[in-house]
Amino acid sequence: MNLAPALASLLVLCAGIMLAAAPHIPRLPSWVSALALAAVVWRAWAAWRGEPMPRRWLLYVLVIFGVAGVLVTHRTLFGRDAGVTMLVLFLALKLLETRTQRDAIIVTFLCYFLALTSFFYSQSIQVAGLMLVTVLVLTAALIGFNAPGRPPLAYFRTAGVLLAQGLPVMLLLFLFFPRVQGPLWGMPTDAYAGMTGLSDSMTPGAISSLSQSDAIAFRVHFDDEPPHKKFLYWRGPVFWDFDGHSWVRGNLPLPRQAEFVPDGPPLTYTVTVEPHNRRWLFAIDLPSLVPPNANVTADYELRSRVPVRTRTRYAMSSFLTYRATGGDSDEALQAALRLPTGFNPKATALARQWARESNNPQEILVRGIEFFRHAGLGYTLMPPPLGRNSVDDFLFGTKRGFCEHFSSAFAYMMRAAGVPTRVVTGYQGGEVNPVDGYLVVRQADAHAWTEVWLGERGWVRVDPTAAAVPLRVESGLAAAVPAEEPLPFLVRPDLTWLRALRFNWEALANYWNQWVLGYNPERQRGLFNRLGMPEANWQAMAQVLFWTVGAVVAAFAFWLLRRARPGDAAQAAWIKFCAKLARRGTLRSPSEGPQAFRARAVRLHPAAARSIDAITALYIDLRYGPEPDRGGVARLRALVRELRI
Amino acid sequence: MALDRLLRHSQAWQFWQLFTSRARPEPGAIFLAQRRVYILPTRHGVTFGVALLLMLIGSINYGLSLGYVLTFLLAGMGLVSMVHTYRNLAHLYVSAGRVEPVFAGEMALFPIHIENRHDFERVAICLSASDVTTKCDVNRRATAVATLGIPTARRGRLSLPRVTVETRYPVGLFRAWSYVQPDVETLVYPRPDNAQLPPAQLIPDTGAALSAGIGTDDFAGLRPYQPTDSPRHIAWKSVAHGNDVLTKVFAGRGAEELWLDYADLLDGLDVEQRLSRLAGWVLLAEREGYAYGMLLPGKTIRPAHGPAHRDECLKALALYEPRPSAR
Repeated sequence: MNLAPALASLLVLCAGIMLAAAPHIPRLPSWVSALALAAVVWRAWAAWRGEPMPRRWLLYVLVIFGVAGVLVTHRTLFGRDAGVTMLVLFLALKLLETRTQRDAIIVTFLCYFLALTSFFYSQSIQVAGLMLVTVLVLTAALIGFNAPGRPPLAYFRTAGVLLAQGLPVMLLLFLFFPRVQGPLWGMPTDAYAGMTGLSDSMTPGAISSLSQSDAIAFRVHFDDEPPHKKFLYWRGPVFWDFDGHSWVRGNLPLPRQAEFVPDGPPLTYTVTVEPHNRRWLFAIDLPSLVPPNANVTADYELRSRVPVRTRTRYAMSSFLTYRATGGDSDEALQAALRLPTGFNPKATALARQWARESNNPQEILVRGIEFFRHAGLGYTLMPPPLGRNSVDDFLFGTKRGFCEHFSSAFAYMMRAAGVPTRVVTGYQGGEVNPVDGYLVVRQADAHAWTEVWLGERGWVRVDPTAAAVPLRVESGLAAAVPAEEPLPFLVRPDLTWLRALRFNWEALANYWNQWVLGYNPERQRGLFNRLGMPEANWQAMAQVLFWTVGAVVAAFAFWLLRRARPGDAAQAAWIKFCAKLARRGTLRSPSEGPQAFRARAVRLHPAAARSIDAITALYIDLRYGPEPDRGGVARLRALVRELRI
Repeated sequence: MALDRLLRHSQAWQFWQLFTSRARPEPGAIFLAQRRVYILPTRHGVTFGVALLLMLIGSINYGLSLGYVLTFLLAGMGLVSMVHTYRNLAHLYVSAGRVEPVFAGEMALFPIHIENRHDFERVAICLSASDVTTKCDVNRRATAVATLGIPTARRGRLSLPRVTVETRYPVGLFRAWSYVQPDVETLVYPRPDNAQLPPAQLIPDTGAALSAGIGTDDFAGLRPYQPTDSPRHIAWKSVAHGNDVLTKVFAGRGAEELWLDYADLLDGLDVEQRLSRLAGWVLLAEREGYAYGMLLPGKTIRPAHGPAHRDECLKALALYEPRPSAR
């Protein structure tokens, strides 16, 4: 059946292609988008007006130039981005040589695949909704190819019915299909481009650009009440080395164990980290648990064994008060004092002065904090650029900066004064969504602070930003920044109704993340556990899957085909009526029509003559009448039930 | 025993029967019971399955939850479509209508009635028999007629070959089909050739000694024109005067009585050629308004005229079986 596809279904297919490609358009090279659009329009036009399709040689030329273009744009033909570009390109060109129904069906299948590729980039509710519409349109096109001559609206109705009826099977497959933790093989290197998160170095300017982002870094669900905001220091990468310009982790060998003396009860909670393509996991100072597939260093940095490329959940427990002794080796303390020579003469001189005038590190620390509090430093998201002596420029020149300026400058001065100090980056604060109770930490909450070694007291957290601008920690970013500065849109305080809307939306998104996107092998084991199969291996799962899907399809088939059984309720009622009379000895012979049977029955049961007449008349009308009314069946059933002989 | 009966109701048994025993035509309306409706994936269905497998592998590799959702949604849709395809065909009633006889070489048009007694539409029902395919939709509680034009080559009786009723609706991933052979046949007349009529042998009526001049029949009167009347007998003079069209009626049974004799035909022709010649003559004689009779070895048809007579003659030709001795 190599018929040409019908016009209507071909146009529906063109719409489906556009929908499937739509989410890719911002990522595609613009010449590919333009070419694909031109191909779709050309094909639709050719179908509409019966114009000729492009010649084959033209297609070959386009293929060659297209592949060359992809090679030039992406520098490769493989990998995620280049693969998607190639798929869009070939789909568009295949559409231009779609002459037969078979071609059109192949294009439809390719479009289903294209729809899947949008999920490489985003699995948000919006993209899911768009892809659902896409699948509906594509399925409608598929139906159109198989039922030409029906009105196009009927394609969509049938497609909707099919997809809706496929939902139970989808749900079973989703829950019971044995999940494997990917990847099955090496991923293309570009698979995780564009994820945002903390950097592995701290240079003035880097974090402030992060702070403009509303994107969610992680969500936290506390088992009890969340602690006060001033405790919410989410520990991330710790930096030891400063070269006058950037802070980096350095290559200090630290033991793989984090010792500290806890004080007070632990705080337990669950963290769901958004993928950021780095290895840090976040926890409140100080974490006392190590998540699975992760380890902890002596400076309390949690590191996943592999970069966090999927949304990851882990249970965590922290002590808010503690005496931190990790990283107290001589080597580590030496490293925490190292400074580059020849930088920041003014700050160095001042710090040395504090050291001379103080008896112990505590006093130096107090001098330092006092200095920061009264130096007239201001908080801004748009710090002026700093010169070579960044600490001097900040403290005595511009006096305006962001948490990294504060922490960098403070750590520098403490080290110069002879107090071992390290810089800790991470996030500070977070916002409780009143809809679902989750605490949401955004990229805008990124923060940097310091830890100072005070001998007996261990490493003590000192937040110079809090000292200089207490509002930043007490009330959040919006309060600390001067009113005229632009803030991330959703952090602004004046848009309360928008915030309420956002809370609801984000709670929905969180629910989506937790239960749809976060359904992984672990959750699946939990489900089987709850179903009473704690030791389910994949064979057992496959069996459960097979039988449940089989039962659903069988029940569905039974329901569809039973309803389809010919007629009929009227006949069933009539058979019941005959059976009733048969019990009284009046047996209808197979050759006896309803009229003849009625005459005989009335003769034998004159008392019930009226009922028998009514039943027969109604039955004949229902079965053979020109337009039997639907209510008649119910009436007939009632009459038969009430018949007393 | 119960198992045995169960087996006989199964689709596999039915399918086996198709190949092991000669399918016999079934009279009346054939109900497409569930046990005689088969279903298998089409080539597109297999392609679809492979595509889903690739999508699944992609979803596993990239850990795409929504990839799983999409793949499984399509899988669910495919499974459900299987039931829909099956339902689209099952429980139909198929019967064959009356077929007009045709001449060899023409299409014999077999109308197939497909009755749907259900409350849902049957879409894209496809019928095929000996490489001929036709399609139809059947509305809810309605009957549709699809006509299968079976090409004919040889004269004689032509039974409707086994008809495959199939559907791929709604999405073409599965094909449900059933075999039916309604008990219907038609006559295929020999292909008429276009030879001239033989000279009319005017055979005088034997009984009455009426030989009132050869070639001129006795004019007996006029009657109203009937569509089958030969133009030669129309009273053109009367028509020219503006009257109704009338036909001249002649008396005398011997008048233009034409015998079409199998034995008269030249020896150069074989049996089928002779029958073709005779069929052509029958059509010509009928058109020209002759009263004609036919002489076949072993069969004589008395001269007469009219469509029924023509059909009788053609039927005799269609069913003629040469005896071994007759040349």
